[in-house]
Amino acid sequence: MLLVLEQGLNGLQYGVMLFLMAAGLTLVFGIMNLVNLAHGSLYMVGAYLATAFARWTGSFVLGALLALPATLLVGVVVEVIALRTLYERDHLDQVLATFGLILFFNELVAIVWGRAAIYTSLPPSLSGSFVLLPGLRYPTYRALVILVGVAAAVFLYVLVTSTRLGMLIRAGASNRTMVAALGVNIRRLYTLVFGLGAALAGLAGLMAGPIYAVQPGMGEQILIQVFVVIIIGGIGSIRGAVAGAMVVGMVDTLGRAFLRPTLSTIVSPAAADKAGPALASMLIYLMMAAVLFFRPQGLFPTRGR
Amino acid sequence: MAISRRAIVLAAGAVLLALVPPVAGLLNQPFYVDLFRRMMIFAIAALSLDLILGYGGMVSFGHAAYLGIGAYAVGIFAFYGVDNGFLQWSVAIAASAAAALVIGVISIRTSGVYFIMITLAFTQMLYYLGISLETYGGDNGMPLKTRSQFAGLVDLRNPSAFYYVVLALLLLFLLLGRRLVDARFGMVIRSARSNEPRARAIGFAPFRYKLAAFVLAIGFAPFRYKLAAFVLAGGACGLAGALLANQTEYLTPDFMHWTRSGEIMFMVILGGMRTLFGPVLGAVVLLGLEDVLSALTEHWQIILGPFLVVVVLFAKRGLFGLVSRDG
Repeated sequence: MLLVLEQGLNGLQYGVMLFLMAAGLTLVFGIMNLVNLAHGSLYMVGAYLATAFARWTGSFVLGALLALPATLLVGVVVEVIALRTLYERDHLDQVLATFGLILFFNELVAIVWGRAAIYTSLPPSLSGSFVLLPGLRYPTYRALVILVGVAAAVFLYVLVTSTRLGMLIRAGASNRTMVAALGVNIRRLYTLVFGLGAALAGLAGLMAGPIYAVQPGMGEQILIQVFVVIIIGGIGSIRGAVAGAMVVGMVDTLGRAFLRPTLSTIVSPAAADKAGPALASMLIYLMMAAVLFFRPQGLFPTRGR
Repeated sequence: MAISRRAIVLAAGAVLLALVPPVAGLLNQPFYVDLFRRMMIFAIAALSLDLILGYGGMVSFGHAAYLGIGAYAVGIFAFYGVDNGFLQWSVAIAASAAAALVIGVISIRTSGVYFIMITLAFTQMLYYLGISLETYGGDNGMPLKTRSQFAGLVDLRNPSAFYYVVLALLLLFLLLGRRLVDARFGMVIRSARSNEPRARAIGFAPFRYKLAAFVLAIGFAPFRYKLAAFVLAGGACGLAGALLANQTEYLTPDFMHWTRSGEIMFMVILGGMRTLFGPVLGAVVLLGLEDVLSALTEHWQIILGPFLVVVVLFAKRGLFGLVSRDG
């Protein structure tokens, strides 16, 4: 039972990271109508910058604090140079051009930091574990990731629902032309929203550093799972992103942890050893197929799009 | 006039491709037979994608899946000592057709950006499936013990013989592809791309036709379509996968990697969508460019990436659009 709880927390932690990615992607799609495959690259850039800054300053926290605005800056630069011209293009052009950006970023990172995976070391205060319940210790850092992620989600909620910027974002999502006609500098709004999305991706990336390997191409592994999140949740919807991220995070983590032992009670252990991992890695895609079959627009479709 | 110009370009292309093995033999550069054979295999894959992407308007970001399924069909048979090419290649086509049917039924009900993400996600699922198949090499893949055998008709171990088999298949697919898109079937999927509500109002059920196009591009044709169309489009990508396994004599989940889907898609755009011949040109140019760039620097993708962006932004009509300007 404690094991289930621990894996549930791991699922929550993964779900939180998926949400940070999905929120940026879904905002950018909802407002600029842009399919940005290079969103995963910003996640990767965040992870690398945090690692580099942490080595430079000698402090993990300082590195993370520096990496966040730096990733935002990278996002803004990419938007101004390359993506701005893509808003009016069709999805095919956007997919291909951002695919080109992925190749560029993966190779750039490989040139600067090499192809081998690098690891971030945590300060002693974060690398330990604490007693969550009698008999259950949980890693401090993973708990911190959950807290930061939830805080970011709350921040985003407040930003979108009760600030002027949030109002413009919502207005931009429902009718861009009208917002521009009312005298809002829509280009600057786009750049801002893209920077926000980049910062969220960077946040997910820099938190991923100490848990997963930091290497070229790391962004696309998570990006495709984020697509599954968005497909399940419904594109353009923050609520959908929350729900999708939690479902995918939980199903993926719990599936990897418990599918094989569960299977071995039904079929022979040898067969379970073979089928378990295969099935676990396919689980979220099968779930996506099931959701699509019954609800092609996802669980929380946005109206009017 | 434009048509004759197009015909000349095509004939010249076919002759040039046919001359590759003897010229490479004269220059003592057998490597080029290998390279051009690889280009033509990807040309078949790109051609099949053009049918659904260009003519059908379905932006499938998962075409590498069928490449992988075709390759695994050959590889798994060979693993168990079955090296009959007729059997291997038929199963390659049938298996990728079945996969396309399942993926198509689910994804074609959606459109736009959903379609892109769903096809991508399903391909990623198959990629992970390939990785977890430990028996067949898992992550690392496995070597193909022998190339497909055709009862002494043709020996694929002979590089030139294999080359001409691929060339013949490519030309066959081009011809049949032309026939297919000009036929009623082609008209229907083209009309569904430009205006689906209107096509539906006229009385076609675009879902059914789109599904048929999606499946045809990979393998299975409804019986009422010509056998020729079936052989052509049906073979396309699954067969390209079977060819690819024979080409590399090695089998890895990387055949299904999502970047592979992106590459095939780029071949279509680079050469020119909705031309059938364009994707062939795109495959030759892209793989040629990769070959040249990778000889220059290990980090060739840092050049290829921005090149791709520039092509998308400024040369949407593709290379074939430059050669024949007859819209």
